[in-house]
Amino acid sequence: MQIIKIDNLKSEVDGSAILKGIDLTINKGEIHVIMGPNGAGKSTLANVLMGHPSHEVTEGKVTFMGKDLLDMKVDERAKAGLFLSFQYPQEVPGVTVENFLRTAKKEVSGIMPMMTQFNKDVKKQMSDLDMDEKYLSRYLNQGFSGGEKKKNEILQMAVLNPKLAILDETDSGLDVDAIRVVYETVQKLANENNAILVITHYNKILNYIKPDVVHVLVDGKIVKSGDLSLAEEIEQKGYESFKNALDDASLSA
Amino acid sequence: MAQKTHIEEVNRGIYDVINPENHRFVADKGLTEDIIREISREKNEPEWMLEFRLKSLEIYKSKPIPTWGADLSDLDVENIVHYVKPNTDMKHSWDEVPEEIKQTFERLGIPEAERKSLAGVGAQYDSEVVYHSMQEDLIKQGVIYTDMDSAVKQHEDIVRKYFMTLITNRDHKFSALHGAVWSGGSFVYVPEGVQVELPLQSYFRLNAKGAGQFEHTLIVVEKGASLHFIEGCSAPKYSVQNLHAGAVELFVKEEAKLRYSTIENWSRNMYNLNTKRSVVDKNGRIEWVSGSFGSRVSMLYPMSILRGEGASSEFTGITFAAKGQYLDTGTKVVHSAPNTSSIVNSKSISKDGGHAFYRGLLRVTPNAVGVKSTVNCESLMLDNRSKSDTLPIIEIGNDQVDIGHEAKIGRISDETIFYLMSRGISEAEAKAMIVRGFVEPITKELPLEYAVELNNLITLELEGTIG
Repeated sequence: MQIIKIDNLKSEVDGSAILKGIDLTINKGEIHVIMGPNGAGKSTLANVLMGHPSHEVTEGKVTFMGKDLLDMKVDERAKAGLFLSFQYPQEVPGVTVENFLRTAKKEVSGIMPMMTQFNKDVKKQMSDLDMDEKYLSRYLNQGFSGGEKKKNEILQMAVLNPKLAILDETDSGLDVDAIRVVYETVQKLANENNAILVITHYNKILNYIKPDVVHVLVDGKIVKSGDLSLAEEIEQKGYESFKNALDDASLSA
Repeated sequence: MAQKTHIEEVNRGIYDVINPENHRFVADKGLTEDIIREISREKNEPEWMLEFRLKSLEIYKSKPIPTWGADLSDLDVENIVHYVKPNTDMKHSWDEVPEEIKQTFERLGIPEAERKSLAGVGAQYDSEVVYHSMQEDLIKQGVIYTDMDSAVKQHEDIVRKYFMTLITNRDHKFSALHGAVWSGGSFVYVPEGVQVELPLQSYFRLNAKGAGQFEHTLIVVEKGASLHFIEGCSAPKYSVQNLHAGAVELFVKEEAKLRYSTIENWSRNMYNLNTKRSVVDKNGRIEWVSGSFGSRVSMLYPMSILRGEGASSEFTGITFAAKGQYLDTGTKVVHSAPNTSSIVNSKSISKDGGHAFYRGLLRVTPNAVGVKSTVNCESLMLDNRSKSDTLPIIEIGNDQVDIGHEAKIGRISDETIFYLMSRGISEAEAKAMIVRGFVEPITKELPLEYAVELNNLITLELEGTIG
């Protein structure tokens, strides 16, 4: 069953085209990985799906959990079950992680979580992520290292239990141990009722997470999709061959 | 895109409830020698006080309206009633306070706070204090907490020694006006070594239309003693101008400690031109917690004079300027003795075209070596129409000092709103969360009921502008 279906999605920032016609379908229980060179539009795809205000959708359609995603406000998308693990999470002084998690959980689930049970669950998830419980009383992302910020994103994912989690370069800024902890946690959170879309340009993460589908995104388009062997092909040949393939395709078009 | 609804004037709820006016005595508008004599006669004051008032009036008439800071050209002092005596005498039990006045303070939560968390309460209605009470054991320890008018008569020697010596009637036009027409306010005397554990709170409520409130607060904390004093102020909204020109004089002796917390939530027709000063002796400490929300115009710069070696001060301030408001606030610290230290933390928020101006002075005299000071000013503007300025003046008289200064002016970032919304939080709540977070270091310093009030105010203000 489909969680998300993206048809011919095109977008612009300040008048310049970034996404140039993305087609992608993700079903329940699937893990997809999108790889591609810098500037290909990977993070843009994540931000457009979440509804970032500076990206303008110029064409296309996105159906998420049977509803028109592009018609929803950002908070409505989250309530419908979409989650984005940010590449650069924002710092929010004066708002504690605990308060933030509880507010978000209340908004997304529609009910105020029970204090004691909620705290117990959160602490368990923090220990899985090798995070100190003291972070609960810290201000959101303020003074966190790059790795702590990313772990905090995955903690939010664990708490909010989304239908589709998009992980935008969650590996960047992490040391090897943190990458392992983070992706092992993500792999554990994956189940037959949700789906995960991992955006990366670092194929080492494939040691920890097993995607069902690998996509190559180049210049605003998915140029090739395949299984895990595609990632190996990228490792051997780099992205150049895929760029050339794109040039050939546009010449013949 | 979301539909935006703009609400021009926020419903301030309980603060805007107006009582019918029922006074025993109302002075004529404007200011003449006759009016001063009448006020003094009503109060049955000693002769020296009348003379002081008349002298102050003379100085007032000779001083120009200040031309720096706020624009006061619209302020029509001739149309302000300077003295409004409520139709009651001061009581020591709420049951004896007239029902209507009592209800006003009930709505403001004063009697409830008194039962729960305060050692004593004073309540002023228009020009006079209508209620005063303090715990028995503090009275036994020699603590004096009464209204200023009674103090002039009952504790004349202490009052004469300190009254308007720290803020004199020559300092500026409004201190002269205060000297001429002051009425009400609180007098606190804490004897040597006495620790007042629970706070004392005075609440000033201005109900009469077109009136001025000129309460005088005088606090003396003797050697090694300590006190937390809370001052609250509010007034309902009228279409005519009201004026508040109070004076607060705080004397903190050797090794003594005083914390002075204020929330001023005047209505939007108020000119709030208040003067507050403290002088701190050897190893003494003054802590100011100051919230300025209401008023059309505010000019308020609580001042700490650290004149004894090792004295310290800490100022924590929050200013919230909304539509039509110009709030010119800050603090002054004078280090005039060696090894004194100070911390200033100021935050301001402006929205809907409101203008928050931080004006601060830090002065270190040539003899004051070994001074440590940190000044932090942060402003948050919630939209493009609002304004914020920061003018921190630092004058250092010697080079053996350690001074840190940081100023930041910012807006709510779209990226941060997007981040919070991506977790299911609505735009309005995201903004309110960011603003509450911004003021959090201040709210945690406030007495609980004021912290709640501040958070409610932020929610109210933000709900009004975001659809």
